[in-house]
Amino acid sequence: MTSTLADKSRTTLKKKNKKRSQWAEVWRRLKKNKMAMLGLAILAVLILGAVFAPWIADYDEVVIKLDLVNRLQGPSAENLLGTDEFGRDILARMIWGARVSLRVGILAVGISILIGGSLGAIAGFYGGKLDTVIMRIMDIFLAIPGILLAIAIVSALGPSLINLMIAIGISSVPSYARIVRASVLSIREQEFIEAARAIGANDTRIILKHIIPNALAPVIVQGTLGVAGAILSTAGLSFIGLGIQPPAPEWGAMLATGRAFLRDAWHVTTFPGLAIMITILALNLVGDGLRDALDPRLKQ
Amino acid sequence: MSKSKNKLLNIEDLGIEYVTEDGTVKAVNGIEIKLNEGETLGLVGETGAGKTTTALGIMRLVPNPPGKIVSGKIEFEGSNLLDVSEEEMRMIRGNKISMIFQDPMTSLNPVMTVGQQIAEVIEIHQDLSRQEAAKKSEEMLELVGIPGSRANDYPHQFSGGMKQRVVIAISLACNPQLLIADEPTTALDVTIQAQVLDLMNNLKKEFNTAMILITHDLGVVSEVCDKVAIMYAGEIIESATLEQLFTNPRHPYTVGLFGSIPNLEEETDRLSPVKGLMPDPTDLPSGCKFHPRCPYAKDICAKQDPNSTEIEAQHKVKCLIYEGLIDAEVKR
Repeated sequence: MTSTLADKSRTTLKKKNKKRSQWAEVWRRLKKNKMAMLGLAILAVLILGAVFAPWIADYDEVVIKLDLVNRLQGPSAENLLGTDEFGRDILARMIWGARVSLRVGILAVGISILIGGSLGAIAGFYGGKLDTVIMRIMDIFLAIPGILLAIAIVSALGPSLINLMIAIGISSVPSYARIVRASVLSIREQEFIEAARAIGANDTRIILKHIIPNALAPVIVQGTLGVAGAILSTAGLSFIGLGIQPPAPEWGAMLATGRAFLRDAWHVTTFPGLAIMITILALNLVGDGLRDALDPRLKQ
Repeated sequence: MSKSKNKLLNIEDLGIEYVTEDGTVKAVNGIEIKLNEGETLGLVGETGAGKTTTALGIMRLVPNPPGKIVSGKIEFEGSNLLDVSEEEMRMIRGNKISMIFQDPMTSLNPVMTVGQQIAEVIEIHQDLSRQEAAKKSEEMLELVGIPGSRANDYPHQFSGGMKQRVVIAISLACNPQLLIADEPTTALDVTIQAQVLDLMNNLKKEFNTAMILITHDLGVVSEVCDKVAIMYAGEIIESATLEQLFTNPRHPYTVGLFGSIPNLEEETDRLSPVKGLMPDPTDLPSGCKFHPRCPYAKDICAKQDPNSTEIEAQHKVKCLIYEGLIDAEVKR
């Protein structure tokens, strides 16, 4: 008798455990992936650093104040990663630079997923003339190399943080539109979409609840890779002087200015370059992990 | 057999075509179906006879383009479904008429839990809170013999038979008047088939739901249906009550179908299937669509399209023999 009671309580416990929301379930699966967790940890450090930058290093006193006596000093106890050509602490500038890079990266990808994703979903779902019109416009955009398009947009709008996001965001809209359209095309032919219609779901509901969640996996992977790409584009644009304007710190701009001193002061270019590399690696690890975690079919 | 004799569905002269580059496919040609509340109709025919198109036509889900309903009317509870707005039609789908699809493996959304999928149809049609809908979806699962605690599992965690039970739970969640089951057991193995049919039969009786069962398996028909309609090349060539059709099939094609089923009592070396293939639906034969394969065919069959002849109460046959134009006796 007692054993059946114990069994009962165990099953109710199990039941409670099973009552997890979808996102809790995704998180549980993501946690199992060690590489993804490593990527997430790196990102967490970066984000924390970016958020608490004002408490770590004072912008006016450390980040942009010239100190020409200490220019191009190598790593030391005082300046952990050395100083740049104006004697500014590179670590402090990198922490402040992360704010720009992460913000531009995430928001630019947000813009392109939002615009590209909806255009692609509409084109794929409705097909016909609408599809042709949307996708031909996307093809025109795609014919222009992304970075050139971004350069053109920034030159037209003028260099500022917001214009940078818009430029980088718009230049990658076509690739998201294509990815989403391709998966929507294959998903909308599946029987469960017909079944959804047969229970009286309308188009909005079918797109939002049945098609998008099934098309999400490639978008998330492309999105995390895209954040990395956007950070790289920001760095690239800053490198050629169209991105963040001096004296504001930005990884790409730091890389660009350090280039002139590569022979005498390796640390000026190396550390911002490493920061870009590690961030992109972390984002890719998280992207891969998320793709696996989001796919319930891969669940063990 | 049925509890009430209220008319539920009345289809007259329904014609559905698919317009493609290679020509117009006449998938359904002037069919007639009458169904009362609580009754089960078996719609039997070969692959490509237009059974599924008929079902989609009733749901008004024929893919357009290329499909188009070209003629006829579908009267459901007194109103013509071909006249109602898309918005009203949505309120009927899943609520008053619901459909079970052939393959349970693909008719469930792989990234939604089964509980969510049952709750979805309830949320669309009934004014219930999310919690109430979730609770009801668990009840529906219990009703089809799956523990309610599995509502948070995903479709891939279920076997084929259990998935089909989930699909049945979805289709019955809003207590529809009419259930269209499109070969619900074709993708399942035989023991599971029997279980699923049993389940559908019981639930149907419990809720007094009328059903159109699409199948090509006469054995399934004999277990479940009250009435049978045999389809060939988009036409209903014979319709009768279950009893009439099984004891006294009259159309040469129906007789041929029975000839292709092994009989336990007689010893035969070979079955006698209906010879030939279904005609190409873009190029249907003139006159009676079945005449190229019909062992009783005469010249007149190629010229004159037979009318439906009522040879006894509820038993209609579409063949010139019963119009008295050919002198022949169809034997089993």
